[in-house]
Amino acid sequence: MPSTVTIDWYVTLSVILFTIGALGVLLRRNAIIIFMSVELMLNSANLLFVAFARHLADLDGQVLVFFVITVAAAEVAVGLALIVAIFRTKRSINIDEINLMKG
Amino acid sequence: MGNPILFLILAAIAIAAALGMLLSRNAVHSALFLVLNFVTVAILYIVLNAPFIAMVQITVYAGAIVVLFLFVIMLLGAERLAGVRGGSLWQRVLALVLAVALLIVFGVLLLQGDVAGPFTTQPLDGGPVGLGLRLFEAYMLPFQVTGVLLLAAIIGVVVLGHRRKEGKNA
Repeated sequence: MPSTVTIDWYVTLSVILFTIGALGVLLRRNAIIIFMSVELMLNSANLLFVAFARHLADLDGQVLVFFVITVAAAEVAVGLALIVAIFRTKRSINIDEINLMKG
Repeated sequence: MGNPILFLILAAIAIAAALGMLLSRNAVHSALFLVLNFVTVAILYIVLNAPFIAMVQITVYAGAIVVLFLFVIMLLGAERLAGVRGGSLWQRVLALVLAVALLIVFGVLLLQGDVAGPFTTQPLDGGPVGLGLRLFEAYMLPFQVTGVLLLAAIIGVVVLGHRRKEGKNA
């Protein structure tokens, strides 16, 4: 086993988490789970930002993570409000049934 | 950066939690797996000299955001949906093929990249003081734009959550 952790390890972990999140968006039909998968992808990007901030000894990466977390919080609040509004009219959050705009 | 054994254990927990979120049939279980993943990543942040980001991760992500998720799941009673892993077979196969392709592309880029190597030993102050100074000196305008963004989100949520009264065109 190698004696030190290099940046590659963090990139690999981040890539795996991102792929799992992308799979969640593609596979699941529950809109709430899809939102959670998007959060997972944002989180993997954040991990990469922090790892490179450490790699380059530069705080800018951590500041960017700060902004990403803020945007994610705003996105989740609006997204969940949309889901609640859709549920009120359609009684479902299965994305296959949300096809009102289909021609 | 950090002990390889510690990293491998944390990475295994993070990946297992992500897979648990992806595969569990109950949405509440998915949210709890997501919390586990966020906390594991927060520990990795501490290893990476980012203690303040780690605390923000736990309070904002594992605290506020996941609580919001759980609240909406329970409000709607949407724990279980029929055919959650739904879609037709070709859609699922296509999704898996695309995911494998994404992994291969990332892997090729990783092998070609020239960023490899051990972490620098230069000091990095990821505490509230260092991060706050950098935030307010170099990123003042983006910080204020973030405030406007949050205001827009609040107004949007209030408008979307507002229940119109029957018989009135509000």
